[in-house]
Amino acid sequence: MVDKSWLKESATFSRPVIREIQRAAETGIYDIRGFGAKRHIPHFDDLVFLGASMSRYPLEGYRETCDTSVVLGDRFAKKPITIDIPITIAGMSFGALSAQAKEALGRGASKMGTSTTTGDGGMTPEERGQSKYLVYQYLPSRYGMNPEDLRKADAIEVVVGQGAKPGGGGMLLGQKISDRVAGMRNLPKGIDQRSACRHPDWTGPDDLEIKIAELREITDWEKPIYVKVGAARTFYDVTLAIKAGADVVVVDGMQGGTAATQDVFIEHVGIPTLPAVRAAVEALQELDMHRKVQLIVSGGIRSGADVAKALAMGADAVSIGTAALVALGDNNDIYEAEYNKLGTSAGYYDDYQDGQDPAGICTQDPELSQRLDPVAAGRRLANYLNVLTLETQTLARACGKSHVHNLEPEDLAALTIEAAAMAGVPLAGTQWIPGKL
Amino acid sequence: MASFDLADNTVRELNKHLHGAVTDKVTVDNPGGKHSVAVGATDAHQVEINGNVGYYCAGMNAEASVVVNGHAGPGLAENMMSGRVHVTGSASQYCAATAHGGLVVIDGDASSRCGISMKGVDIVVKGSVGHMSAFMAQTGRLVVCGDAGDALGDSIYEAQLYVRGTVESLGADCEEKAMRAEHKQALQDLLDAAGVTGVSVDEFKRYGSARKLYHFNIDNASSY
Repeated sequence: MVDKSWLKESATFSRPVIREIQRAAETGIYDIRGFGAKRHIPHFDDLVFLGASMSRYPLEGYRETCDTSVVLGDRFAKKPITIDIPITIAGMSFGALSAQAKEALGRGASKMGTSTTTGDGGMTPEERGQSKYLVYQYLPSRYGMNPEDLRKADAIEVVVGQGAKPGGGGMLLGQKISDRVAGMRNLPKGIDQRSACRHPDWTGPDDLEIKIAELREITDWEKPIYVKVGAARTFYDVTLAIKAGADVVVVDGMQGGTAATQDVFIEHVGIPTLPAVRAAVEALQELDMHRKVQLIVSGGIRSGADVAKALAMGADAVSIGTAALVALGDNNDIYEAEYNKLGTSAGYYDDYQDGQDPAGICTQDPELSQRLDPVAAGRRLANYLNVLTLETQTLARACGKSHVHNLEPEDLAALTIEAAAMAGVPLAGTQWIPGKL
Repeated sequence: MASFDLADNTVRELNKHLHGAVTDKVTVDNPGGKHSVAVGATDAHQVEINGNVGYYCAGMNAEASVVVNGHAGPGLAENMMSGRVHVTGSASQYCAATAHGGLVVIDGDASSRCGISMKGVDIVVKGSVGHMSAFMAQTGRLVVCGDAGDALGDSIYEAQLYVRGTVESLGADCEEKAMRAEHKQALQDLLDAAGVTGVSVDEFKRYGSARKLYHFNIDNASSY
């Protein structure tokens, strides 16, 4: 037995780095995986709330009202959506997820009066049937896109990019292409399906304006139209999305999850959610569109604290993806033995692309899919959403707010200089915001 | 019978009419290059547009027959589900992008990316098509009576392409296929449906997927 206690690990060539070099040398192909960015980056954890004290008074936790409702899409749409909580479910495709998982997301979201979102692959009857509010994604691949489903949707989300891979498309590997998935996408069973990185019939913000007008015409100006961008040049992207006519802008930070993307893309493209929220709010404010065009923020939202901080920075709502899957049962210890067989462990599993998810969520295998009870999983998601909401209200009341939208940047302080600069709030105990005079 | 003069009426008024349940014969005058003309039709209307249209004319059309007596801008009949769209002039880029069904006929030329990501539509272009046509084409058929530009059928899946003239180059994983009797018959049916006369199916070559890139393989990296 070698005593490893005196061995010095390289910070540059750590064991995971060495293992990745070895893996690359063995296979000649980059690592494709699911989940979001795993490395440490500045996040909402680096902010704290300044609870009420002498200069502010708080609201009573168990007595005084703290409203959480949010209206989405009242800029142009005849039928905006009013959700009961400021937390929505992000787009995740049928194909990447099992039909049971999609149904469970609909059930959980509906129970809490909020929306869920389709994904790349079309709308399933299970999801539509169980979703009180369903946002229909309009993606470059247009898999499963048809005007009938477009009219069944409660809102339309034009996806320009996502936080895990701004500027990237996707690939659903052949092992997840069942007969049903293939049929919905008009492609043969079992082949790798590429999701394009650009829309096939428009390029740039001027075209997008025309495209949005077309979607409004097709749906008789009823549906709110969202534009989703991966966080990168966020100030400009949000400005252009507003100019193009979006009712709602969705900004997805680099912690946002994916079902299948190159690791190098996930970890090295895009900016964290924290600075993206500030940049998006600045764009809205500069155009006098803050609270007129709603901002939904996603990417690494885990707790009511994250929700409340995003709202305090100026978002109207947040969206969750990875956390929702975990609430359904992803990475649960009960499947530890099976995770081990796949060479991983509960808490680390990220090979969503392989279609062998023991929890029955990121798979099309009928046997694995059946493990997920949509009713029970939906209840777990509703429970989790309820906790996020209660936590958000707790923090809002502590800051004296009767509506979660009354939270403001003045309620926040940063624990690190980086977070202070990125979020645009003072370093705790000072008036200093790096980058501002 | 309804008529809309887009010099006075709005595109909204026209489209609202087309989303009604009653099948109708509709005439549209003075389109003036406006966008989203006759989009999202939900019934077997017969629409005749006299003049040039802008972006996305007949987008997401279902069942209706739309004739454009003029030229069409980008995204003509995008994501069409069924029905027929006929342009007597030429069509700009992305013609019939992602369209699932029906027939699109272009009497003139179609620009680049004609039939991009097509998902079941039939397209007959009496003239030529530009570069990257049938890019990532999934299913359906594209007939080009003239020439095809650079990178025809790049990353094609199961769509079938018929070209009478020259092909500047084929895209990744697209190759010439044998023209068997059933293909000639299918092509003849398409030409007949589109009203193409004076050409023989024997003048065409057929192109489709080599199916070598259907599964990501590192050894094919240089093909992309």
